Amino acid sequence: MITGLAWLLGFQLIGEFVSELFDLPVPGPVIGMLLCFCWLRFRRTGDDAPIVRAAGQMLKHLQLFFVPAGVGVVVYLSLIGHHAVPIVLALVVSWTLGLVVVGWTATLLERAFGKPRDDLPSHGRGAA
Amino acid sequence: MNNPLDTLHDVLASPIGLVGVTVGAYQCGRWLQRRSGGHALVQPTLVAIVIVGVVLEVLGVRYADYADAATLVSIWLGPATVALAVPLHRQAHRLTGFVVPMLTAVVLGAVVSITTAALVAHATGADVRLQKTLATKSSTTPVAIAVAQHLGGIPALAAVFAIVIGVVGAVLGPAVLDLVGVHDRRARGLAIGAVSHGIGASRMLREDETEGAFAGLSMGLTALAISALVPLLALWLW
Repeated sequence: MITGLAWLLGFQLIGEFVSELFDLPVPGPVIGMLLCFCWLRFRRTGDDAPIVRAAGQMLKHLQLFFVPAGVGVVVYLSLIGHHAVPIVLALVVSWTLGLVVVGWTATLLERAFGKPRDDLPSHGRGAA
Repeated sequence: MNNPLDTLHDVLASPIGLVGVTVGAYQCGRWLQRRSGGHALVQPTLVAIVIVGVVLEVLGVRYADYADAATLVSIWLGPATVALAVPLHRQAHRLTGFVVPMLTAVVLGAVVSITTAALVAHATGADVRLQKTLATKSSTTPVAIAVAQHLGGIPALAAVFAIVIGVVGAVLGPAVLDLVGVHDRRARGLAIGAVSHGIGASRMLREDETEGAFAGLSMGLTALAISALVPLLALWLW
């Protein structure tokens, strides 16, 4: 676990360094993720590697790490209340359009290139 | 002997107490999620935010003090973001023949979410600061904060919007995709990651590794696209 964690931290730090060095608007962890992906491909890392196990453990609880920033909503409740209409509409409209545009574009282009589709097994897929 | 209630208050309001409250609230969320049979509305983040919000109110702890203490938790968001490379690596064989559709979709998606958020906010009477803050919302939290700062929005509020839209995606995303007929696993993951970043990705990861992996990738690509596109689009939006 600690070995894997050290790898993840290492990639994040390299990412932070690159981001700071070139004054990029992209945060360190995102650059770290891309570098880590290249490294894993290059090394053909197997499923039993420490980094794979550590990553699995962390990702299982990804939602925990968002909680502190999310609680910040209490500070802005009154501001959000005053501007509820623009905030709710902008969030909902832009989220829905973004979701549909990405989903449709990817599916259509994939079909246009004649690549095999990768559908979910349709059974058991309700509105849930 | 000291008053037990005062002592309890002091312990809970201490830094480690607040970390304990955060982790405990998240555990509560996971427990509720299991009890509800994995109902979409019961996302652990959402449950935990509500519980922690109420506890802070009761304890009379200011958010700034809480945020300081909870750095112990939130700091792991960085390594966890890096960790999203792993499911992608395991699913990399599915990238074949999908790179062009993927990049096109992500860039188009970023343009659509930035401009529609800004235009809808403008049309409904939000001021420029709020429009700029809303425009960053589909990127992952640290990106939203950085971009909002750069642009002259409200960084902390940008983080809140990003989390809110992440939770919306985790709750409603798969159902909306079913509704509009997107069944391809890669496209589904891509769409969720593009509009609901890590929180959306974590829901997808639980349902299907392919969806989760592409959601993680899409989150990363969208972060890149939004950091590059917002300053450009800002030239004609504001």
